[in-house]
Amino acid sequence: THPGAHAVRRRSDEGREPPLHALRRAEGRAQAAQNPRTGEPRGLRSVGLGVSDICFQICRECFYIVFEDEIHQTIVDNNLFKAGERVAIGASGGKDSTVLAYVLSELNKRHKYGLDLFLLSIDEGITGYRDDSLETVKRNELQYGLPLKIVSYKDLYDWTMDDIVKAIGLKNNCTFCGVFRRQALDRGAALLKVDKIVTGHNADDIAETVLLNILRGDIARLSRCTFITTGEDGPIPRCKPFKYTYEKEILDYFSTECIYSPNAYRGFAREFIKDLERMRPRAILDIITSGENFRISTTTRMPEQGTCERCGYISSQKLCKACVLLDGLNRGLPKLGIGRTAKVGAGADGSGEQQGKRAERRNRSSLQGKHGNLDF
Amino acid sequence: APVHPSMAAASSSSCGGAGCGTHCSSSTSSSVEDAPEGILGRLSISGAAASCGKCGGGAVVVVAGGVGLCGECLRAQLFGKFKLAVTSNAMVRPTDSVLVAFSGGPASRVALQFIHEMRSKAIESWDASNSQALPVFNVGAAFVDESVLLSKPECEVEQATEDIKSLVSSLLPGDKAMHIASLDYVFSSESKDGKGRLRELVGMITDDTGREDLLQCLRMLSLQKIALENGYTKIMLGSCASTIACHVLSATVKGQGYSLPADIQYVDTRWEVPVVLPLRDCLAQELSLLCEFDSLKTQELLDRPCSGINGLVASFVARLREENPSREHTIVRTAQKLKPFPFNKFSANGYHDFLPSRLRPKFQDVDSDESASSEVLCLICRSPFSESELQNFESTRRKSQKKIDLYTAYCCQSCHFQILPGGRDLYDHFFSLIPRFWTERADTASASHSSLRDQIEDYLLEDDDDGN
Repeated sequence: THPGAHAVRRRSDEGREPPLHALRRAEGRAQAAQNPRTGEPRGLRSVGLGVSDICFQICRECFYIVFEDEIHQTIVDNNLFKAGERVAIGASGGKDSTVLAYVLSELNKRHKYGLDLFLLSIDEGITGYRDDSLETVKRNELQYGLPLKIVSYKDLYDWTMDDIVKAIGLKNNCTFCGVFRRQALDRGAALLKVDKIVTGHNADDIAETVLLNILRGDIARLSRCTFITTGEDGPIPRCKPFKYTYEKEILDYFSTECIYSPNAYRGFAREFIKDLERMRPRAILDIITSGENFRISTTTRMPEQGTCERCGYISSQKLCKACVLLDGLNRGLPKLGIGRTAKVGAGADGSGEQQGKRAERRNRSSLQGKHGNLDF
Repeated sequence: APVHPSMAAASSSSCGGAGCGTHCSSSTSSSVEDAPEGILGRLSISGAAASCGKCGGGAVVVVAGGVGLCGECLRAQLFGKFKLAVTSNAMVRPTDSVLVAFSGGPASRVALQFIHEMRSKAIESWDASNSQALPVFNVGAAFVDESVLLSKPECEVEQATEDIKSLVSSLLPGDKAMHIASLDYVFSSESKDGKGRLRELVGMITDDTGREDLLQCLRMLSLQKIALENGYTKIMLGSCASTIACHVLSATVKGQGYSLPADIQYVDTRWEVPVVLPLRDCLAQELSLLCEFDSLKTQELLDRPCSGINGLVASFVARLREENPSREHTIVRTAQKLKPFPFNKFSANGYHDFLPSRLRPKFQDVDSDESASSEVLCLICRSPFSESELQNFESTRRKSQKKIDLYTAYCCQSCHFQILPGGRDLYDHFFSLIPRFWTERADTASASHSSLRDQIEDYLLEDDDDGN
C-alpha cells in the first residue's frame, strides 16, 4: 500500500466530501487514463487538492474505489432511491449505460440499497448498429444477472429507424429518434412496472444540454436540465447518478457513434465542450453549476403539463410530439412537427389543416427552437 | 447596377463580430425557401430581391428580420433600436453628462454617432422651444489606451491615438470632450510608477482568461475614474448583442450562472457612475455594415484578440453565426428570461421626475422588498454572490480577522480561481498591487457589517467550530 491509497481511503471513511468531487474541483486535472479494456495500465493520475494543496497520484485500483465511492455518495446525498424500489436501467449497450449497470448492481449489493434492478433496452431498428449494441446488453444481462427487457420501435410505432430514414432521409431523423426513444423508455418501464428509470447521462452530456438550451432559447428546458431527478410529477421519474462524473472517467467500453448521426448539432456544441475541457477541465462542472444557479424570472411563461389526447402520454400540447411525428410519417408529410416551417405536402387540404398547423406553431413557441435545426 | 460595398474593408471587433464574409451565397437558395427569421448576409447577385424590402428604394446591403434592407433603412432600424433603448429605459436625463466609452471599434463608433445625433436633435428642439426650461444633455468620449501592455511600436500607438482624437473631434469639437487615458491611470493617485505596477499585477496572473477578465475590470475602473473626475453622470458602452451573447456563454462556462443577468441589462447601477447599454439589441455585423455604408471611421490597431476561454467562446459564436445569423439574438433572449438584479434599474428617489408624467407610471413598479436587499459584490468583478459564495464569505469572516482573509473572501469563485495567484503566500503581494479603490471598498463594506454584528452580538449563539 502506498501513501496515496491511504489518503484516499481516509477521506472517504470520514464521510467527508467524496474524494473525486474534491479532486476535481481543484486545479490541474488528471492525465487521461488509459483504456483498461485494452489492457494498458490506467497509469497514475496527477490530481491536486485545492484546499490543502496536497498533490498526489492514484493508481488504477484506487481510482476504481474513488469512482464507485463517488457514485455512492451522489446517490446517498441526493436521495435517488428508496429500498424496495423497482429500477430500470436505460441500457443502450454504450459505455455509459454499461458502466452504469455494472456500478449500480455492485453498489446495490455492497451498500444494500435493496433495489430490484432491470435492464431496459430500446431497439430503434437500425441494422448494423443497434444489433451490435443489443448483443452487449444481452451480455450484460448474463454478466450482471439483471433481467433484460427490449422494447422496439417496430412494436410501439410500427416504424423502425431504417424505415423512417428511408421515408424522410437524413435530415431531422434525430428528432424522430429522440422523441420516440423517450416515450419508448417510459412505455417499457411501465410494462416492467418499475418505480424509477436511471440513465447514464454524464457531466459532459448535461453541460452540453445547458449550452444547447441557451442557444435554442429553451428556457423551460434550461430550468430543468440540471436536475438530477426529473419527471417526479409524471408517470415514472428518471435520475442520472453520473451527473457529476466526467465522460473521461467512464470506462471506455464502447465508443461507436450511431451511423445515422450527422455530427452536426449535438456534435457542434460537444466539440466546443471538448476544447473547453482541454483548456480548463473544471469548466464542465462549472457549466452545470451555472445551470443550477440560473434564476428564471417568475414572469416567464412556462408550458403547462397535460396529457396527449391520443395516447395519454405526458404532453404540454393537445397531441404529444411522438403522435404528431407519427402522423406525419403515416400521412407522407415528414415535415409535420419539425421546426417552425412545417411544409404541407402536394395534396394540401384546406383551412382545417392550416389552422391546426398555425395553432400548433403558436403553442409550440415556448418549447421549440425557432431557429435552425437544434432539435434533438 | 448598384455596387455592393466591398467586404475587404470590413473591420472586425475583438468579440469576433466579423463581417458576413464568404459563406452567405451558399445558403441563399435554401434560406429563401425556408426563410427563418433573421437570415443575415449578402444576397447573392443572382438571388432574389435586389432592392430594399422596406422602402423599395436602394440596393440591399443586409437582410435582417427576413427583409432585405438598404443602407438607409438599416441606419433607420438601428437608430430606432438605439433611441428606443435610451428612452424606454430613461437612460439619459436632460441634466446628464454622458461619457461614451469609445474603443475605436464599429459598435462604439455607432453609439457615439447616434448619441451625437440625438443630442443635435435635442438642441434643435430646444432652440425652437419657447420655454427652454430643460437643458440638453452633454456628451463626451473616453478612450482607454492599453498599449502599455501591448508590444506595438511607439509610432503606431501614437498614430492610432491621433486617429481616435480626430475621429471624435469631428463629432464633438473642442478639447474638453475627448478623454484619453492609459490603463495605468487607475494607479495615478497611488503609485509613482503606475505602468510598472500594472505590469507586475498582470504578471502575477497565470490564467490567460483571468488576465483578460482582470483587464476588463481595470478598463471599467478607468472609465469610472475619468467620469468622476470630469463630472460625467452616465457612462455609455457600445456593448452589442453579439458581445452580450459571448458574455452569456463565457459566464456560463465560468460557473457564473447566478450573476450572469447583472452584466447584460440595459442599465447597471452597481457603479459610482451608472452604466448604460443602448446598443444591446443590435448585432455586431449590422453595426459594422452601417459603419461601412455611412463611412464611419473606426480605429482598431490597438485591439487585442481574445485568448483563453473568451477566445474559444468567440470562435464558437462565430461558427454559430455562420450557421444561423440570429443565433446571437436567441442567446440574448434566453438570458433575458433570467431575473435581473435590483441594481439593474434606476431606483433613486426622484430619478424619473424628468419624464413626462404619462411615462412615469411605467417606472413605479419597484418591488420594495427587492430594493431593500443589498447584494454582496465581488471585490474585483462586482459579481453578486451566489448562495454558496455567501456562505463561504460569512464563515470566513467569522473565523478570521486578517485583512487578507477578508479580501480573499470578498472574491467570487471565478475570480478566486482564475485571477488570484496560485499560492496563498502570494496573496499579500497581490492585494497590495490591485487598485486601492477595490480593497477600500471591502474595508468599508466589512466595517459596516461588523458594526451591525457588534450590535447584535449578545443575541448570537456561540459559534464553536471544534464541535463543542
